[in-house]
Amino acid sequence: MQRITIDPITRLEGHGKIEIFLNEQGNVTNTYFQIPELRGFERFCVGRPVEEMPLLTNRICGVCPEAHHMAAAKATDAVYHVEVPRTGKMLRELLYSAFYCTDHTTHFYALGGPDFIMGPDAPVAERNILGVIHKVGLEIGGKVIQMRKYGHTVVEIIGGRKVHPCTSIPGGLTKGITEEQRKEIEQMGRWAIEFAQFSLKAFNDIVLSNKAYLDLIVGDVYTHKTYYMGLVDANNKVNFYDGKVRVVAPDGKEYVKYEPKDYAANIAEHVEPWTYLKFPYLKNVGWKGFVDGPDSGVYMATPLSRLNAADGMTTPLAQAEYEKFYSTLGGKPVHQRLAIHWARLIELLYAAERWVELATDPEITSPNFHAIPTATPTEGVGIVEAPRGTLTHHYWTDERGVVTRVNLIVGTTNNYAPITMSIKKAADNLIKNGNVNEGLLNMVEMAFRAYDPCFGCATHSLPGQMPLEINIRKPDGEILDVLKQFVD
Amino acid sequence: MSKPKFAMYWAASCGGCEIAVLNIHEKILDVDANFDVVFWPVAMDAKYKDVEAMEDGSILLTLWNGGIRNDENEHIAHLLRRKSKILVAFGSCACEGCIPGLANFSPIKEMVDTAFTTLTTDNPDNLRPQTSYTMPEGIITIPTLYPVLRTLDQVVDVDYYMPGCPPESHQIAAVIDLVVQVLQGKAELPPKGATIGAGNSTVCDECPRKRNVKTIKEFGRIQLMHADPELCLLEQGIPCNGPATRSGCNARCPSAGAQCIGCYGPAEGVVDYGARLISAFASVIDSNKPDEIDKILDGLVDPAGQFYRFNLAGSLLRSSKSAQKG
Repeated sequence: MQRITIDPITRLEGHGKIEIFLNEQGNVTNTYFQIPELRGFERFCVGRPVEEMPLLTNRICGVCPEAHHMAAAKATDAVYHVEVPRTGKMLRELLYSAFYCTDHTTHFYALGGPDFIMGPDAPVAERNILGVIHKVGLEIGGKVIQMRKYGHTVVEIIGGRKVHPCTSIPGGLTKGITEEQRKEIEQMGRWAIEFAQFSLKAFNDIVLSNKAYLDLIVGDVYTHKTYYMGLVDANNKVNFYDGKVRVVAPDGKEYVKYEPKDYAANIAEHVEPWTYLKFPYLKNVGWKGFVDGPDSGVYMATPLSRLNAADGMTTPLAQAEYEKFYSTLGGKPVHQRLAIHWARLIELLYAAERWVELATDPEITSPNFHAIPTATPTEGVGIVEAPRGTLTHHYWTDERGVVTRVNLIVGTTNNYAPITMSIKKAADNLIKNGNVNEGLLNMVEMAFRAYDPCFGCATHSLPGQMPLEINIRKPDGEILDVLKQFVD
Repeated sequence: MSKPKFAMYWAASCGGCEIAVLNIHEKILDVDANFDVVFWPVAMDAKYKDVEAMEDGSILLTLWNGGIRNDENEHIAHLLRRKSKILVAFGSCACEGCIPGLANFSPIKEMVDTAFTTLTTDNPDNLRPQTSYTMPEGIITIPTLYPVLRTLDQVVDVDYYMPGCPPESHQIAAVIDLVVQVLQGKAELPPKGATIGAGNSTVCDECPRKRNVKTIKEFGRIQLMHADPELCLLEQGIPCNGPATRSGCNARCPSAGAQCIGCYGPAEGVVDYGARLISAFASVIDSNKPDEIDKILDGLVDPAGQFYRFNLAGSLLRSSKSAQKG
């Protein structure tokens, strides 16, 4: 039996690892996607004051600390049974919307976008952010940097810091914003809307008007018919910060809609002994292994999932793009994984519109941003949509508000099973009778890049290249061949 | 003449240090102009074996972030030490263990057991991850977790320390400026073992809040009051770590209404961070009666975390006895 090892996959915290096994005929028998790290937050947060959770859990991920900060803050609100004043909620969501713009921009231009904008067949040396800049125009590089800067500026104004914000506490925030800051935030938000529209237009011109690219998106290699999860508001519209978790079945119909506090009745995590990460699935459907379909509890939680799970967007420009998305791709739900990239841009536009909506609300500068909790702290769940999937924090405390127990289901973790399936499908399609196509490298890369995976939460980077090395070994371990990409 | 070589690596970390480096924006071009970036997994494509092939000491500057959690981290630490002239412990994890170092309060088995028995974990056979596992197709492996998390200088010799979680971008830019000037012969490197990219005093010295040398009758919780936006948080009873923590961040958290949690590590000359903070807290307590003092101290609901939140792994304690036993 032959064996192919991809190790390390640099953007999966440097340490992700893929094992591909081939049978005697040289066809794929199985693939394993292993996560080699465990830092133990669920243990060492026990004993800490619950108001520190938004600060401690930031350190799970320095790429999306805003998501952990918000999920943690909401969980602490619930622990204290306190209702955050309207201004407090809006400030948190405003920070979060600006963060989304930064995060989605980084992924689209530096990581996922190059596959499309340059094309999957483009020379390896051009399939990166620099190639994108050359193709779309030099000024785009400046715009991408500007978008990241603006997003981080808002995070700093409201959250106190650019990385690991510090201002959300049980009941609201430690500070509000001034009228001067509000104006600055609004101005940057208006620019962000233009940037998002520009990004969608670029996607339209380069990708959607190119039949070969469109065929790649709608093709079978990257299709899995799974359940989809996303947070929705009272009207079943997409919301990143608040609402109920809605899950739709592979046929697009609502399967369940639950309050954050009821997550454990709906989600369970399967354990495999060969990896440090668990595989979440829909508990009431059941774990049937790495397979799709209505009988398998595997679900996806990504930008595409959020669009599939909702009935639309609350902002006008994003809603128009939402409608175009489904009319182009043949109705709901969309199962093709590569469409996640397009969905991400629609979310970028929504986040920018929401940013301006919140920044122009007359109450956003109100000093009423914190309600002092009065109830005895007990237990609480906080859920937000992290860019990479539904993020759940659940804390139990003693009567002093000291943490006694923690459960976390982190964004990308939701997608561990679907990513594993996508890798296997890409390998199945490319490895035939012992012929390992060079294209495997990029196809495998594209299979999990669409999810924007953040295992251990550190996958974003500038050049947009995924260094991969595949060793093809004989059963005795001797290397038959080595395939490389971005590896000299 | 070829440019000096630069490397950056992450071990057990969150990626925030990498984001902080990217947030220096146009300054990153100075790195590109003055250095040949030879190894930086988040941003480029070289592999371990490429580093192994380099001559010893051939990388001028390596910024290392993350603590030493498993055997892979340790292996790369030795490799990069050998290949680097200057090795910088970059960020709180590498300098002192940071939040992941809180794991050193309990045995590793508890940490793994907790993760694999949570409320939503479906684990009828009570499985735990195996570092080597035989599947029908063959054996697959994952790294071995060590009993305790160690700082970089507990594993290899370190030349400089750059604190912060993460280091502030303006401090990173200043350090890059300094190194460029050294390369151009316009400045000299600080003495080995120095802390760079930070101040020499405490967060209190940078804090804009007013201090009235006022003492307190009880410790409070930030969520249970509306703190005065201009007065010292500690004097309002909020346990703020400013007095023991190194300056360099411009007192970012207290300026935003939040207590300092100590991410810049011990202030200059402080041997044990926790001991310094205990003495700072003691000095604001308004009582001479042992019973009353005890009662006031009971208001600190998590002393261990309060005094060693970021620096347990790097402190004199390093870890609990039960954790050392593994």
